[in-house]
Amino acid sequence: MDAAAEQKYDFDVVRWFSVMAVVYLVVGASVGVYIASELAWPVLNFDIPYITFGRLRPLHTNAVIFAFGGCTLMATAFYSVQRTCGVRLWSNKLAWFTFWGWNLVIVAAVITLPLGLTQGKEYAELEWPIDLLIAVVWLSYFFNFVMTIAIRKSSHIYVSNWFFIAMMIMITYLHVVNSLAVPVGIMKSYSIFSGVQDAMIQWWYGHNAVGFYLTGGFLGIMYYFVPKQAGRPVYSYSLSVIHFWALTFGYVWLGAHHLQYTALPDWTGSLAAAVSLAMIIPSWGGAINGMMTLSGAWDKLRTDYVLRFMIMSLAFYAMSTFEGPVMSIKTVNALSHYTDWTVGHVHSGALGWVAMIAIGAIYHMMTRLFHTEMWSVKLINAHFWLATIGAVVYIIAMWVSGIMQGLMWKAYDDYGTLAYTFAESVEAMHPYYAMRAVGGAIFLTGAILMLINVIMTVLKSSSEGSLQQARTASVSA
Amino acid sequence: MSNNNEKGGLQSKLEVNVWAFCLATAIALSVGGLVEIVPLFYLESTMEHNKHNELVWQRPEGATISDHKPGDGMRPYSALELAGRDVYLKEGCYLCHSQMIRPFRDEKERYGHYSLASESMYDHPFQWGSKRTGPDIARLGGKYSDDWHRKHLRAPRSVVPESVMPNYPWLKDNMLSVDKVQASMNGLQAIGVPYTDADIAEAPGLVEGKNEEDAMVAFLQVLGTMAKLDDSKSYRD
Repeated sequence: MDAAAEQKYDFDVVRWFSVMAVVYLVVGASVGVYIASELAWPVLNFDIPYITFGRLRPLHTNAVIFAFGGCTLMATAFYSVQRTCGVRLWSNKLAWFTFWGWNLVIVAAVITLPLGLTQGKEYAELEWPIDLLIAVVWLSYFFNFVMTIAIRKSSHIYVSNWFFIAMMIMITYLHVVNSLAVPVGIMKSYSIFSGVQDAMIQWWYGHNAVGFYLTGGFLGIMYYFVPKQAGRPVYSYSLSVIHFWALTFGYVWLGAHHLQYTALPDWTGSLAAAVSLAMIIPSWGGAINGMMTLSGAWDKLRTDYVLRFMIMSLAFYAMSTFEGPVMSIKTVNALSHYTDWTVGHVHSGALGWVAMIAIGAIYHMMTRLFHTEMWSVKLINAHFWLATIGAVVYIIAMWVSGIMQGLMWKAYDDYGTLAYTFAESVEAMHPYYAMRAVGGAIFLTGAILMLINVIMTVLKSSSEGSLQQARTASVSA
Repeated sequence: MSNNNEKGGLQSKLEVNVWAFCLATAIALSVGGLVEIVPLFYLESTMEHNKHNELVWQRPEGATISDHKPGDGMRPYSALELAGRDVYLKEGCYLCHSQMIRPFRDEKERYGHYSLASESMYDHPFQWGSKRTGPDIARLGGKYSDDWHRKHLRAPRSVVPESVMPNYPWLKDNMLSVDKVQASMNGLQAIGVPYTDADIAEAPGLVEGKNEEDAMVAFLQVLGTMAKLDDSKSYRD
């Protein structure tokens, strides 16, 4: 029980964000498993407009990215910024505004997306009134975070905070520019950009949402929580500096690699691919920095299930940041683009890296926020294996189906005509779509175990009165 | 700047001043986007119709969209096609269908001539897509009959047994709203789509009494038919 920290910092809002993150993980992954099943067994669309693949897929992406990812980033940033700066949040009230505002955005998404209210831009579907709310809430998060650093007691700004700052600035840029639209109704608008310019802006947004929200922000988590959980300092300070500035400057250029061989001018895609390849170096530098933090303490992996999540996440991070640049090479992209390989790549990053590091960080915080041990450590171990196996099954299914699709579309027979109709390629995907749904379901099962474990831990803390004791215990200064 | 962590170096100064740190980060973050995005708005080579102006419809004085014939060049969507495009967005069709043909032999044989930037110049937002769970539809117009499309929208597996597309039986029951279509046209006109007031005025005649399925079919049938592309020309350098 850490009564000193409890009384020194604002942890209430962190507790709420953490628990909600786990709730949204289960919700987002459930929708994912459902839509994956719709692709394997289209009868599951049931002729009900609100649950068709086309309407639920944006709900899945928004739920996992903005609801689960967002709540995780807000919980971890508010937690670690206080601890690394040695002060309370600049404004606890503003943090609560961020909490309720963000959850309002999520509720609005859950209502509007199944109704088909959308801007029609992938990963930026929410309509303009919700976009305005997102902007206000995001800035409240950003401002509170920076002001907390401004009033810090420590002399230097710790590395995890650099990554959080870069994420907050970049997401502000991306959200504002990509959402510029002319409203023609209360829930209908058109992007002010069109065609090729809109495509470039959309993928500048799309790729940097991955680069800064799902990578930069979660690297912030890595740089605080891995050393804390391992009980060792970050392996290399210099590597952190290189990792940070190379990603900050370089990642922004990558978006155009989503548009190879399209009507986007060649120079843009080639430039993006060249920078993409160069990004392998700092990305691996970062992954090594995280993993080597364990040097001399590898034995901890045998007993520390939370640390296992974190190290597995770094392995997936290293793999995805290698795979991504490879897929940006034009000759590879010619095969991989438009196929399930892309979906597999996204999920090796999303399930393997983002979710695993987030899960590790949330387990780490749970015991410190609720001042009690986890309800079941065995369940954490079960969760670890389900998450790992689920992610691997998912990724393998999509690798096979993606490469098979790409090859079938390009195959010619002996007479020089296309060997397969498109429909034949769809039929060939069925076993892999089923396998993907199974992989997702395994991952989801792990997430449900986590939710049960988290709820039971909160109840345990409440019945033990440990939170209350931490709040009122006398702390020697 | 990147690796100067000695005492008094720039990195060290940034690490003790959050405002300077935010500023340096904000600058580093903006370079890539500016370099890749801004030129697309003014480099003439980006849009093929700057060199091949026949790609865009040269509208005769007083003509409305109804006077356009297939192959006359790119024009804004008619009121009914625009309503269909809105259904396309609403149902999330872009998540499984691309509208961007790449310059490969197999794609040419399967879908037709590679897509040009000028062909989506009036598309707010663009609908190039990122995934082909279903086939590309950039040049779908005219390939199948209206009747085939209606059957396919209501029950895809009745015409393509392998399909995994959802059924869309409700489209035929949802009537279009003239007010909404005209509001959309006004909005698009405000951001540069060359709708004339006459185009907007003739919208009720095109949309009244029509349902979402009618609109969807009109939209699908115009895809790729507006401009006539010449195989002997090289549109890209």
